[in-house]
Amino acid sequence: MSTQLLAEPAARPMHPVPCRVRSVARELDDTFTLELDPPAEGWAFAPGQFTMLYAFGVGEVPISISGDPGDQSRLVQTIRAVGPVTDALTSVAPGDTIGVRGPYGSQWPIEAAEGRDVVIVTGGIGLAPLRPAIRHILEHRDRYQNVTLLYGARSPDELLFADELQGWRGRFDLDVLITVDHGDRMWRGPVGVVTSLISRASFDPESAIAFICGPEIMMRFTIQELERQGVTSDRLYVSMERNMKCGIGLCGHCQLGKFFICKDGPILSCAEMTNVCWTREV
Amino acid sequence: MSEVFDVLIGRPFFEGMTDEQIRTVAAAGSKVTYHEGQTIFREGGSADSCYLILGGDVALEMQTPGHGPQVMMTLHAGDLLGWSWLYPPFRWTYDAHIHSDTEAIRFDAVMLKDASEADPTLGYELMKRFTETLVNRMQSIRIQLLDVYSTPR
Repeated sequence: MSTQLLAEPAARPMHPVPCRVRSVARELDDTFTLELDPPAEGWAFAPGQFTMLYAFGVGEVPISISGDPGDQSRLVQTIRAVGPVTDALTSVAPGDTIGVRGPYGSQWPIEAAEGRDVVIVTGGIGLAPLRPAIRHILEHRDRYQNVTLLYGARSPDELLFADELQGWRGRFDLDVLITVDHGDRMWRGPVGVVTSLISRASFDPESAIAFICGPEIMMRFTIQELERQGVTSDRLYVSMERNMKCGIGLCGHCQLGKFFICKDGPILSCAEMTNVCWTREV
Repeated sequence: MSEVFDVLIGRPFFEGMTDEQIRTVAAAGSKVTYHEGQTIFREGGSADSCYLILGGDVALEMQTPGHGPQVMMTLHAGDLLGWSWLYPPFRWTYDAHIHSDTEAIRFDAVMLKDASEADPTLGYELMKRFTETLVNRMQSIRIQLLDVYSTPR
C-alpha cells in the first residue's frame, strides 16, 4: 500500500507558525509532553505524521505528533531531551511560544489494517509516534480484528505513558504485553527484549499487519522475528528517523537510499525498504 | 501413550520430530508444578535436568553483592529452561525463581544424554533445537547489552 498525506502542509511550508504552549507534562526524567494551542483552523493530522518544532533562537527539530488524531483542539508532542534544541523545547513553560511547521510526512496504514489483526511493536520513546494510531484503532475498534501492543522499555521507571498503558492493559479488546531490559525488585512482568514478546502474541501471520517504531536496531530484529513468524514485508511498516531539516523533501538532509524520510516517510513499508534497511552507512 | 507424550506432541519445540523420537524424550520427562516464590534451582547447583515451561513465569536471576537478585530474563509458556546439563561442569549459572505459578515438564538430563548417545539422529534433532534456543537467547542478551533505549547524546 502506498502511504498518503492526509493533511497538506501550509501554503508557506518554511514559515513556522507561532503557537502558545498550553501545558507541559513531565513523562520521564528527560521526556516531556507539550500541548500547544492550535491555529484558528485547528490541527488536522494523520497518525504517524510529524511537525518541525522551532525553539526560537536555538533551532528546529522534527517531532512526531503523539496526540489524538480525533482531537483538533490541541497539538500534542512528546519530546525527549537529547540535544540543544530538544533541551530548549523541554524547558518551556505554559504561556511560552514556539514555532510549528507541518504536519508533514506519511501515516501509519490504519485503513489498510482494517479487517486484520494488528501487531504494534514499539520500544522506548517509539511509543509516542504510535499513540495516535493506537488511539484511532481503539476509537474504531470494531474495524479491526485482534490488536496487540508489544512494548519494551529500558526499565520499569522508564515506561512512557505509564498511566495510559495501565488503562490499555485493562481493556478486553486490546492485548498489551510489556517487557523491560532491566527489572527491579518490584517489577513482576517480563524481563527481556521486546522481540521475545512476539511469539506470545496472538495474530494470524497470513494476514496481520504490523506497525513498528523504536530504535533502529530494535526495529531490524523485530522485522526479522515477524518475518520468521510468517508476516510478509509488505505488511510490516516502520517509522524511520533521519536528520530532517526542511521537512518537505527539498534539502536532502534526511535522504535514505531513494527516499526522503520527511516526504516519503517517516512511515514506510518494509517491502519498499528492501536493500535500504540492511545497508550500512545509509 | 504417556501423559507427557500427549503434552509434548504438537508443541513448537518438537515440531519436525517423529512420534517415536518424542516418545523417547517423553520417557525422560515428568510433569511438575511450582508456586510463586519457589526456586527451581540455584546458581552453582548440580544441573541434572531441563524444563519445558507449559505455563507461568520463571525469572532467571543472578545474585549480586549489595544489590540482591538481578533478573536477567524471564521465561514463559513454550520456553526451554536450562542447558547447563549439556556441558561441564554441569552446574547452574543462574537461579530460576518462580514469578507466577508454573507448570512444566522436567526432563532427566542423564536419560536425555543416554538416549541421544544411543540414537544420534535423536541427539541431532535435540541439539538443533537446543542450539536454536541458545542462539536466540544470546541474540536477546546482545540487544539488551546495546542498551538501545538509553539517551543518545
